[in-house]
Amino acid sequence: MFTSSTRANVYGWLLLSPAAILLIAFTHYPTLATLAKSFFSTGSVTRPSKFVGVENYELMLTDEVFWKVVDNNVWYAIGTIPASIAIAILMALWVNSRISGRGLVRMAYFTPTVLPMIAVANIWLFFYTPDIGLIDQVSSIFGAPSHNWLGDPDTVLGCIIVMTIWKEAGFFMIFYLAALQTLPPELNEAARIEGASRVYYFRRVTFPLLMPTTLFVLINAFINSFKLVDHLFILTKGGPDNASSLLLYYIYEVAFSFFDDSYAATLTVVLLGTLAIVSVGQFLLLDKRIHYR
Amino acid sequence: MKTILRRHLLAFSSALLLAFSFGGAALAATELTMYYPVAVGGPLTKVVDSLVADFHKEHPDIKVNAIYAGNYNDARIKALAALKSGAPAQLSVMFSIDIYELMEQDAIVAFDDIVTTEEEKAWLKSFYPTLMENGVTQGKVWGIPFQRSTIVMYYNKDAFRDAGLDPEKPPQNWSELASMGKQLVKKDAGGNVERWGVMIPSTGYPYWMFGALTMQNGQVLMNDSGNQTYFDSPAVVEALGFWRDLGTKYEVMPSGTIEWGTLRQNFLEGKTAIMWHSTGNLTAVKSNAKFDFGVDMLPASKRRGTPTGGGNFYIFKQTTPEERKAALTFIRWMTDAERAAEWSIATGYIGTRPAAYQTPKLVNYVTQFPPAAVARDQLAYATAELSTYQTGRVRKLLDDAIQSVLTGAKSPEEALGDAQQQADRLLKRYR
Repeated sequence: MFTSSTRANVYGWLLLSPAAILLIAFTHYPTLATLAKSFFSTGSVTRPSKFVGVENYELMLTDEVFWKVVDNNVWYAIGTIPASIAIAILMALWVNSRISGRGLVRMAYFTPTVLPMIAVANIWLFFYTPDIGLIDQVSSIFGAPSHNWLGDPDTVLGCIIVMTIWKEAGFFMIFYLAALQTLPPELNEAARIEGASRVYYFRRVTFPLLMPTTLFVLINAFINSFKLVDHLFILTKGGPDNASSLLLYYIYEVAFSFFDDSYAATLTVVLLGTLAIVSVGQFLLLDKRIHYR
Repeated sequence: MKTILRRHLLAFSSALLLAFSFGGAALAATELTMYYPVAVGGPLTKVVDSLVADFHKEHPDIKVNAIYAGNYNDARIKALAALKSGAPAQLSVMFSIDIYELMEQDAIVAFDDIVTTEEEKAWLKSFYPTLMENGVTQGKVWGIPFQRSTIVMYYNKDAFRDAGLDPEKPPQNWSELASMGKQLVKKDAGGNVERWGVMIPSTGYPYWMFGALTMQNGQVLMNDSGNQTYFDSPAVVEALGFWRDLGTKYEVMPSGTIEWGTLRQNFLEGKTAIMWHSTGNLTAVKSNAKFDFGVDMLPASKRRGTPTGGGNFYIFKQTTPEERKAALTFIRWMTDAERAAEWSIATGYIGTRPAAYQTPKLVNYVTQFPPAAVARDQLAYATAELSTYQTGRVRKLLDDAIQSVLTGAKSPEEALGDAQQQADRLLKRYR
């Protein structure tokens, strides 16, 4: 009845279908539905939803809070990504070398990653609290005046960035540590015989060989800088006056506090678009410069 | 005894009637699903569970399933989602300020349309009027007060003694707040502040604290139709100016915003002599304060004032007349004076009716622990919590305006003018 190629086709599709159904139901359909929703007004029982074209997008462009959170998010990304990657590499190099108590140090570096973000935020809330917080208590020993870290629009975003780096670096360290352990020791021996300095060896051998890991970590760090907002619920609720609000947190507010699902959909489309463009860009641009063995 | 007998007879006869109408099917009861805003396993679930169990003993013909749905926001989202999907839900305790959102979704029914007897109509009028404000609009009652709170002033009597002030005389008006605050501020040799005079939290719910200041200055924040705000009225602008001045001009409060979540800790550690906070903190402060503390009404400017807060009972529209009656019976039982008294003692929320404070239980409790009466006495000066159509957005406009002034980014006139303009744009279509 069936030719063998049709049978192979059916077989292939059957194998694909469980994953495909899940992906379509929980990823692709919601994405498309969100896109469609962004062209409609928010409906209530007394005012049904209707097609409004790009009105939501026009509203977005004139929305000061939107521009503020985009601006914050850019600074948040710039603040967290390079720093957490650099610290992750340093920590990985450190715990990869032969030091005593290596297991303990590795565990210590990894602990922040294991903690839930909400717990971390609760801990840091009491670091940053003026007067009774850890930072103010320590600085008061040196006679520094107390500072309202989270209540000051100039410092609040920095505080959030520092906490995120602390949380993220340990996670990225694990990837670097795994990558470092796959590097053949002969390279190091050869370099030492040739008289290369450690810095030179890192710059010309280790770092290039770590590039695939760096790409992976970079994309993760980038996505995280848009994805992680749990701490804002505890630390600042986006305040003061949106000084620490991020795009995803704003989407949450619009959707579940203002109940404006259409506008939330519009903002989500922008977020998805940004993430898609940047990830594709990173793969295309950086891939050429990466040495895969 | 007579009433119990009558109730039993009633239950029996209605059961008989039902048994007949269902052709001898199992003894049917009216089943009610209630959404309740508390996390599963939270401290209040036990109290609510035992109340519901007691209710079942007295009313075997009504079965109430309480669904614990998280915080107020979660409860509203879950209840509305359940209604949309056709799952049964007949009543709920939700945030008192959700009223306009629920009306816009056409989700709730007015109590005036359910009550029939004179007794029931009288019951509607038996609550503290200021607690009813958030539940009444368009001339009808939509929400019945249940777990309600206000803002009160907590003060550290030891700090008052330390500063040479009378610990029994906390500030009664704004100028005393500023002047006593100044005396209460304590600095170390290097000029760093060791203890502040006063802290009013400005994260989390700044609009709520601000509602107190504006009411004290003689101005409410919105009308009772929920479609007009008064953010730019001179009294409101002046109130925000005073809040900022406490930090910048009088220097009795840290400038910038003050964190809601850590304020209680600040107070307990003696870092501030006075804090404004919800009555909901009373029990925690009582059990954790290592110093002598007092509780008083908030100080006055032109008058005293505080917004109320907390949750109301609502009955959903998609219900049969029998379910509505049963829901009404349950709500009346839950808000009964005896129950309101027990509830107030167990939780620290206000007894919602004057009758509750005449019950021996609560009379006793108040004599033993006078701070419990402060919230009640202050109800005479209370007003509704900020609640309008599009309430989440409007609230955020005000929150942002307050924070931008407290952090020194904008002047009160400018920030509140902008907020009013944007609120007008949002609310225009509801007028």
